[in-house]
Amino acid sequence: MSTSPTSGEFGSSRVKRGLAEMLKGGVIMDVVTAEQARIAEDAGAVAVMALERVPADIRSQGGVARMSDPDLIDQIIATVSIPVMAKARIGHFVEAQVLQTLGVDYVDESEVLSPADYVNHIDKWKFTVPFVCGATNLGEALRRINEGAAMIRSKGEAGTGDVSEATKHIRKIKSEIAALSAMSKDELYVAAKELQAPYDLVAEVAERGALPVVLFTAGGVATPADAAMMMQLGADGVFVGSGIFKSGNPAARAAAVVKATTFYDDPSVIAEVSRGLGEAMVGINVADVPAPHRLAERGW
Amino acid sequence: MAGSGTGAPVGVLALQGDFREHIRVLASLGADAVPVRRAEDVRAISGLVIPGGESSVMDKLSRAFGVAEPLQEAIADGMPVYGTCAGLIMLSDRIVDGIAGQQSLGGLDIAVRRNAFGPQTESFEVDLDVPKLGEVPMHAVFIRAPVVDEVGEKASAMSTLDDGRVVAVEQGNLLGTSFHPEITNDYRFHEYFLERVRRVGYSS
Repeated sequence: MSTSPTSGEFGSSRVKRGLAEMLKGGVIMDVVTAEQARIAEDAGAVAVMALERVPADIRSQGGVARMSDPDLIDQIIATVSIPVMAKARIGHFVEAQVLQTLGVDYVDESEVLSPADYVNHIDKWKFTVPFVCGATNLGEALRRINEGAAMIRSKGEAGTGDVSEATKHIRKIKSEIAALSAMSKDELYVAAKELQAPYDLVAEVAERGALPVVLFTAGGVATPADAAMMMQLGADGVFVGSGIFKSGNPAARAAAVVKATTFYDDPSVIAEVSRGLGEAMVGINVADVPAPHRLAERGW
Repeated sequence: MAGSGTGAPVGVLALQGDFREHIRVLASLGADAVPVRRAEDVRAISGLVIPGGESSVMDKLSRAFGVAEPLQEAIADGMPVYGTCAGLIMLSDRIVDGIAGQQSLGGLDIAVRRNAFGPQTESFEVDLDVPKLGEVPMHAVFIRAPVVDEVGEKASAMSTLDDGRVVAVEQGNLLGTSFHPEITNDYRFHEYFLERVRRVGYSS
């Protein structure tokens, strides 16, 4: 259904980045069924991420992880009125074309799925639908933005329930931004070389003291306190993957994470919402995951 | 303080959404802009901006943390409020296509349809005429935007799309737009709102 005025400009950077601006301070939840999407919306999710298996199951079941069945995405879009995101494999521009055709609101070019191209990411400028991409450091974030990403999420280590990698990545990105801001102009050329990122974007980040797009965090967030810590570390919002629907009481945990994300700087609220949530996802320590199975190392 | 004279701070509802952008715009226009998340924050303000974001989330959080009720009282009492996008939905008396159980603060005698244009690929930028704010068209950004389906007797339209759909309304001290001036460089709606705040001199 297209009911927008024909005279308008569609798919501009401002419109793409703008949707991410509106998601700030919110929680985006992974869902694998329409029923889970409904629970997430009722709990106060600002958007849902449709995928076939949550990262914890991808990790335990193995095999190639791909874009979801279009039927599932249709059902989720029909069930909720908040924005629906969906994952495409790194470099798989046809999965992204399909997701755009299905009418998703954001495409996540995600390391959680099996990469389709080990050299190139998707040329995201060609799309009307906006993209979010993962990053473990500032250079990676800027390379994705250079390819057209309209939103960045720090990667963390998805499907573990161990927040330590998410902490590492958001701290890394924030400290690299701070370092750029402290540099004199003539130092930015070398900084761009070292970050392996375009000079113009490096200079823009140095000037603004922030990325030109919204920065969420992801990968291992399992509790309200985890979400609040990410916010205190400077994230604009939080993705929660396996942490909600792999826990004992998804509806209560989801609502608690939402509240903790808004009141991230108020420990009394975080204490209150953390009570009686039942079991958190069991989780695995990132240190116990052998390096070849670490999802954050996919993408470059 | 040059150009200020606002007296009490102007609040921006800071539960979720692009509240930092509104705070930055209001501050650039000389206002003392403060975030509002709790009931006690409402007592200190002379006006309020409700930002863009997800209206269903703002609704839930505003009720869960007891800020909805004092805001409704302040609106009934004449406090100036400006809502953009989700903020327009929060200010409308009637919501079309809300999620189950979704409520609004109300105040504007209008029916607003959430996400009226379809998926994000239908989000757009366009130049709009807003006669009350001058002859120069306003560049407006619509992001999964709502439209005003019905303008009740007490409210009046300030701007429409070419096809006649209403995208800006006012009623007394309340003002709402489907679009987001806070992410452009044209702050005439914010100036118009701040003028109202200064004129009314509201305090609770």
